[in-house]
Amino acid sequence: MTLTNDRVGAVGVPLDRIDGPRKVRGAATYAYEWPLRDPAYLYPLQSSVAVGRITGVDATAALAEPGVLAVLTHLNAPRLAWSGDPEVAVLQSDEVAFRGQFVGAVIADTLETARYAAGLVRMEYDERPPDVRLDTDRDDLHRPRHAAIFGSMEGDLQDGSPADSAVGDLDAELESAAVTLDVTYRTPIHHHNPMEPHTAVAVWNGDDATLYCSSQGVHLTRQLLAGAFGIEAERLQLVSPHVGGAFGSKVYPASYATLALMGAQLAPGRPVKFALTRQQMFAVVGYRPASVQRVRLGADREGRLTAIGHDVVQQTARVKEYAEQTVGATRAMYAAPNRRTTTRVAALDLPVPTIMRGPGESTGMFAIESAMDELASAVGIDPIELRVRNEPRTHPESGLPFSTRELVACLREGARRFGWDGRDPAVRTRREAGWLTGTGVAASIYPSPRLPGSSATIRLDAGGGYTVEIGAADIGTGTWTALTQIAAEALEVTVDDVTLRIGQTSLPGASSAGFSSGINCWGTTIYEAAGRLRARLESEFGGTVPAEGIEASADMPDNPYVSQYAMYSFGAQFAEVRVREDTGEVRVPRLLGVFDVGRVINPKTACSQLIGGMTQGLSMALHEESVVDPRFGHVVNNDFAAYHVASNADVGSVEAHWLEERDPYINPMGSKGLGEVCIVGTAAAIANAVHHATGIRVRDLPITLDKLLS
Amino acid sequence: MKPFRYQRAADVASAVGLVAENPRAAFLGAGTNLVDLMKMEVATPDVLVDVRHVVSDRIEELPDGGLRVGAGVTNSEVAADRRIRRRYPMLSQAILAGASYQLRNLATTGGNLLQRTRCMYFRDSQTPCNKREPGSGCSARGGAERDLAILGTSEACAATHPSDMAVAMAALGAVVQTQAPGGNRAIPVLHLHRLPGDEPERDTVLERGELITAVDLPPLPLAAHSRYRKVRDRASYAFALVSVAAALDVSEGVVQDVRLALGGVAHKPWRAVVAEQALRGVPATEYAFRAAAEAELDAAVPLPGNAFKAPVAVNTIVGMLLALTQEAR
Repeated sequence: MTLTNDRVGAVGVPLDRIDGPRKVRGAATYAYEWPLRDPAYLYPLQSSVAVGRITGVDATAALAEPGVLAVLTHLNAPRLAWSGDPEVAVLQSDEVAFRGQFVGAVIADTLETARYAAGLVRMEYDERPPDVRLDTDRDDLHRPRHAAIFGSMEGDLQDGSPADSAVGDLDAELESAAVTLDVTYRTPIHHHNPMEPHTAVAVWNGDDATLYCSSQGVHLTRQLLAGAFGIEAERLQLVSPHVGGAFGSKVYPASYATLALMGAQLAPGRPVKFALTRQQMFAVVGYRPASVQRVRLGADREGRLTAIGHDVVQQTARVKEYAEQTVGATRAMYAAPNRRTTTRVAALDLPVPTIMRGPGESTGMFAIESAMDELASAVGIDPIELRVRNEPRTHPESGLPFSTRELVACLREGARRFGWDGRDPAVRTRREAGWLTGTGVAASIYPSPRLPGSSATIRLDAGGGYTVEIGAADIGTGTWTALTQIAAEALEVTVDDVTLRIGQTSLPGASSAGFSSGINCWGTTIYEAAGRLRARLESEFGGTVPAEGIEASADMPDNPYVSQYAMYSFGAQFAEVRVREDTGEVRVPRLLGVFDVGRVINPKTACSQLIGGMTQGLSMALHEESVVDPRFGHVVNNDFAAYHVASNADVGSVEAHWLEERDPYINPMGSKGLGEVCIVGTAAAIANAVHHATGIRVRDLPITLDKLLS
Repeated sequence: MKPFRYQRAADVASAVGLVAENPRAAFLGAGTNLVDLMKMEVATPDVLVDVRHVVSDRIEELPDGGLRVGAGVTNSEVAADRRIRRRYPMLSQAILAGASYQLRNLATTGGNLLQRTRCMYFRDSQTPCNKREPGSGCSARGGAERDLAILGTSEACAATHPSDMAVAMAALGAVVQTQAPGGNRAIPVLHLHRLPGDEPERDTVLERGELITAVDLPPLPLAAHSRYRKVRDRASYAFALVSVAAALDVSEGVVQDVRLALGGVAHKPWRAVVAEQALRGVPATEYAFRAAAEAELDAAVPLPGNAFKAPVAVNTIVGMLLALTQEAR
């Protein structure tokens, strides 16, 4: 099997976004913006208690309000045909599992009326105190049983991997190792806040429904919702050509989409529009769960690791188990003959966590890459050299060779560009006008998996135009442009010859945007369909397009190398920080990353994604933290004034580079994933730089000024 | 959000009358804070009386050499005014340290002074809060305490006043001009806002229907050497953890006069009178600055979640006074 080809084409060109002009003109239609006639508006009711039962509903005043069409609660909500997923199954019982849970909705002629009337609905509860404390000493921690992709993937964690793993004898080695480290890191809840709030606009026409919904994957969403409403999948159409950011929070847009579809059933023939407010998002769109991570390292005096232990305790929701691969990166990063990873979860009375950019890897690598920096200090060698000494020849657990692994090259190239050489390892020794300065480094890793379910159809018309159809998603990443470039290369034509259609269920099925797998899966599928089309054109039509045009379709082909090679993207990230000695304020004037992501399809959009990930990593390092009040069970800082993300003034120079290479085994493009590797490691690089600047090791994120007062 | 009536007042007197006679009426400036609170049903007025066009939107010279800032002047205009930047740089800096361009372009001087606390429990109508619902209890104590006050708190309330502008005005000794049903009065900014005591629902001493029409900035030569510094959790667009407005007059190494006020630490802009008194007439040394700052913060009663504020305040005062001393040389 030959995977790669050396055709030179549209790939690798820094093409402007195809959807750019439409977005700049405001002509790119987002879910809430579809011009629909005579819409009604839905405003949700959210539980004011964390745990309990609804004992009474009084909607009299709301229903008496002019313009109110209906008040939806568990008492009158349609019974769903499938309620296997608690997030889909809204309003199916009187049970309340977290504060802010949807307990109803008001549908009215105007948004203002719906919102006002929502405040008139009285709900009574039989309330129980919430249990939201994440601690490692809880006696109810359990090994997770996350049913990955709704049971379609085996495994304990949401990526299908096992909760625990072990090689050799960790405990014995830690007893005897020359140098040991035993430290615990903590990461808080991070909440999803894409620029476009989560929206759903639903219209029923008899037994058929159309849902305009901000989605990372229209087909998966349709599968869930059609099942819930007991209709054939074909009777539900999803439309989502443009998504204003998602980061994982629009993979399962279940609860708000269900609510919109239910609301629209009460207003037959009328579209029902539903957009969450920023505050509401903090209860219902998902978040990165908090973690407590114990890391134990054993090494010889030269820093060669002999033992790696990573024990993670993470929170999940009592109502639905979500467990992520916080230990996943640890299993693939460094060589050591004795190793063990464990994952335990605490089921709390909180909203359901979900996938968030680098789910597991980004939190896990904050711990591991901080610990490596601590080990470098303990052994007294340069942190880059320490990582080079521990570079594995094959995957440390599976033993498979890596398809490509250029971590060392990333570290070396990054060091050269950043100016790392000659760095004085001494801490708290550099001062400039009241600021302590320091530098830090950390490694990045993210797997390049494939998800099942993609098909593509390509049509060639007599005029020589190609239409490529696949139900893929552009969540702001540049899919519109990148897939057009891939199709042009596969068809050996120019991008101007290709018209791409994505983002709706009327198109061939496609996996969701997630796991940094989109380009891998969709690009491979398009390549396959292009090959078939070209073969058909030659064999059946002698190379001449018939007047009626021709088409070809293909499913994503198998790749035998997937079971023979470990496929990951890598990177090295460098940070320069300044810390005010008198107040502890932290600034990051410079971030620099060098990545091994295989062949880059579009340098312009790739660079944007890498810079965006590093910026989000900076935000994770310094700012982001959802503060849960244990008495009420809610996120206290539920708006943009109080939940801090990095502002423009917090972001200095951010440079992203990549190695010019191609992965020979992964797909015909030679491209690995790049959307998530760039957030993995950033927080550790910054924490390590803060330690270099101040001598203070912050092991609990975010690194706020109170932790740096000395 | 509840339905409400919108009314444009014909003049100041009628605006005052409309609000004075209706306990469910409220003045509307730019609405950048009030309308947010109405959306969350934290504020639920029946009538909004728009006063934007009836109060002055100009900055005028006063006979004594001070400036009168109309209550309707936008925050952006105050910050950009050449006279204010020259005579009261701390005020311009304070305003620019707050909010965003968009908000500053809209928000008014009067409205800025009267903005409500950002305590998240006050803003969440589903948690008890003595300021929002007197007698219901304080959820902030024992909850998320990071942003709470450390000075002048009461059992009932530990909320902070969020304005940066007001901190600079308190340091400058600015005076608020008001019109009330009973007549006009002048209230120093320092006495406009209250400590919470057992009536945290009252932010200010203003009576029902009393409207701020202007703020007078007194002539204050030392304010030409003044600064505002805001310590916060990110580089912009965050409320102060601690802020300091400082003006210093040093001659021959001795403090002749000083103005100090703190933000982010109390229910009102906190004029550091203890520190000011300690500093007048003493040598301008780091030792003296630190001793004065520590004396001021002696009164601090921090909570477990905000104990860092006192040392940050001390260090920031010291750093600013040192910088101002350097500048004076």
